[in-house]
Amino acid sequence: MALLSDLVNMNLSDHTESFIAEYVWVGGSGMDMRSKARTISKPISSPSELPKWNYDGSSTGQAPGEDSEVILYPQAIFKDPFRGGNNILVMCDCYTPQGEPIPTNKRNNAAKIFSHPDVVAEVPWFGIEQEYTLLQKDVNWPLGWPVGGYPGPQGPYYCAIGADKAFGRDIVDAHYKACLYAGINISGINGEVMPGQWEFQVGPSVGIEAGDQMWIARYILERITEIAGVVLSFDPKPIPGDWNGAGAHTNYSTKSMREEGGYEVIKKAIEKLGLRHKEHIAAYGEGNERRLTGRHETADINTFKWGVANRGASIRVGRDTEKEGKGYFEDRRPASNMDPYVVTAMITETTLLWKPN
Amino acid sequence: MALLNDLLNLNLSDHTEKIIAEYIWIGGSGMDMRSKARTISKPVSSPSELPKWNYDGSSTGQAPGEDSEVIIYPQAIFKDPFRGGNNILVMCDCYTPQGEPIPTNKRHNAAKIFSNPEVAAEEPWYGIEQEYTLLQKDVNWPLGWPVGGFPGPQGPYYCAAGADKAFGRDIVDAHYKACLYAGINISGINGEVMPGQWEFQVGPSVGIAAADQVWVARYILERITEKAGVVLSFDPKPIMGDWNGAGAHTNYSTKSMREEGGYEIIKKAIEKLGLRHKEHIAAYGEGNERRLTGRHETADINTFKWGVANRGASIRVGRDTEKEGKGYFEDRRPASNMDPYVVTSMIAETTLLWKPT
Repeated sequence: MALLSDLVNMNLSDHTESFIAEYVWVGGSGMDMRSKARTISKPISSPSELPKWNYDGSSTGQAPGEDSEVILYPQAIFKDPFRGGNNILVMCDCYTPQGEPIPTNKRNNAAKIFSHPDVVAEVPWFGIEQEYTLLQKDVNWPLGWPVGGYPGPQGPYYCAIGADKAFGRDIVDAHYKACLYAGINISGINGEVMPGQWEFQVGPSVGIEAGDQMWIARYILERITEIAGVVLSFDPKPIPGDWNGAGAHTNYSTKSMREEGGYEVIKKAIEKLGLRHKEHIAAYGEGNERRLTGRHETADINTFKWGVANRGASIRVGRDTEKEGKGYFEDRRPASNMDPYVVTAMITETTLLWKPN
Repeated sequence: MALLNDLLNLNLSDHTEKIIAEYIWIGGSGMDMRSKARTISKPVSSPSELPKWNYDGSSTGQAPGEDSEVIIYPQAIFKDPFRGGNNILVMCDCYTPQGEPIPTNKRHNAAKIFSNPEVAAEEPWYGIEQEYTLLQKDVNWPLGWPVGGFPGPQGPYYCAAGADKAFGRDIVDAHYKACLYAGINISGINGEVMPGQWEFQVGPSVGIAAADQVWVARYILERITEKAGVVLSFDPKPIMGDWNGAGAHTNYSTKSMREEGGYEIIKKAIEKLGLRHKEHIAAYGEGNERRLTGRHETADINTFKWGVANRGASIRVGRDTEKEGKGYFEDRRPASNMDPYVVTSMIAETTLLWKPT
């Protein structure tokens, strides 16, 4: 066993019942992901069997130095595609030692909304389209772009192939399989309009799972770009000018929308979203004003409009949904750096719980 | 599993029934290939089991932004040589939401011609010789050529071996095996007269299958050059001057041509092709006038002539066919950037359905 990779790939189950659990959480910026690992002595089948843990919150901007412990509660388990075997990834959320969610813990409130009986009855489904940009290490310039210059204009790159059109496919394909292995409901991938930009989709997932799965998928992606020596960016407008931004379009439906007469329910829901446009936009990601300009397949940030098959709208309804009279709709406003716990819970809250006064 | 390769090579069938289907289509230029992937819940054995899908036609020059959905219909399945396992490549063609083929969809009309009873009865076979040129990334100068200069004149390179004569063989050989793995009827490869230029042949394939296979073979080739960091060109005359162009010679036969007395049928068919020379040339690829000069083993674009064993002719009949009184012939006019749906169906239409007025 002379090579590092032999050690990294060792199958521990041949030698011990112990396995490794990587506890993953969201740090103080609301976008930085953090993780650390611990050994678990015997097999478990659900997050509740895992011990709570803690970390140094003063090192992530989440607690003061004199009282730095932040407690991690395990919430969802996935197979670890990096360690293999019986090893796991554990999505956690963060609490004070007294049991209160810390301010950056957006999952706690989302979980409350998703356990409300009116919401549970409607079985909300989410399909989230996560766009992201790959950057060359050290220069932070998009992968495949000439340093000090620009590639040819957009047009040839969307879903393209070829060494002059697609940059970083190995990362994207490795991520696809790693997520399927982990148990994440990843439904597809594609190359995006801006060269060096890609997208993956997670869903349909029910309720709080959508947020859990999206965060772990982001974690797996950044672990893979780390291996590849490439930097991952969720900035919603990484390059100013005639280059597309990056979004996290969120597709949504409820039981009523998926049944006969659903199209009317959809239209009412979109109407309610329109009445709370400003509140949603404020929660849909920092820097989104650089992206939602009305150009590059977006609607202007101050405008709320919806349309069938209209990629320049805030909300797009697919032709299938229109034709069948039921289905789902796509909120195109969230930025790539949105928090999926916040966005999924807010769409649910506005459409199912909120009443216009 | 520390390395990117371990994740890329993960055998998902050990962990899930899910498979990944890469949907492939032709973009707005008629030559640019596009693809994106989706998760399918379990393995499939025929295209009819796969769902129709859609893509953003406004990003490929195939639809306006306010009504951007283009629908893709799965038409042929191949094993995915990149993802392995039960994962598949799916060749698709493009329709409006109302079910009409979009203008760049050439398969639809070809399928009509091939299902015409008179055509089906004659079992048209095709063998297509796809030539292509490999270019160095960023400078777009042929692979193996000195940047800023030229290699020694043509002569030593055709079917040659050696670091000073054959450039890019790994791509060609990887492509050969990948195509056989995928289920494409690839019949051979060879190094071409111009250094950095290669050829593969697909066939004999019947009817519409010929073009489906050539398109997927082209897709696999560009995915491989992407990995190799080399640019793929189907330009019919990539370098001006005393350097060969690139063609897509199309070999053709019908049931009657392959049987006793077939040679007379062949001569009649060639006669009909001669009467529609201009129409065929117009459909045989953009830029062909730079290639069909009468030199470099081509016939002048304005001349229609045929001959046995004549590589300077528009149509060449092999000595075997002449001797046995039956067989096939080779239309040498199509350029490397021809659309095989157009060429194969047009040859069938002219020789089997069209009647001179």
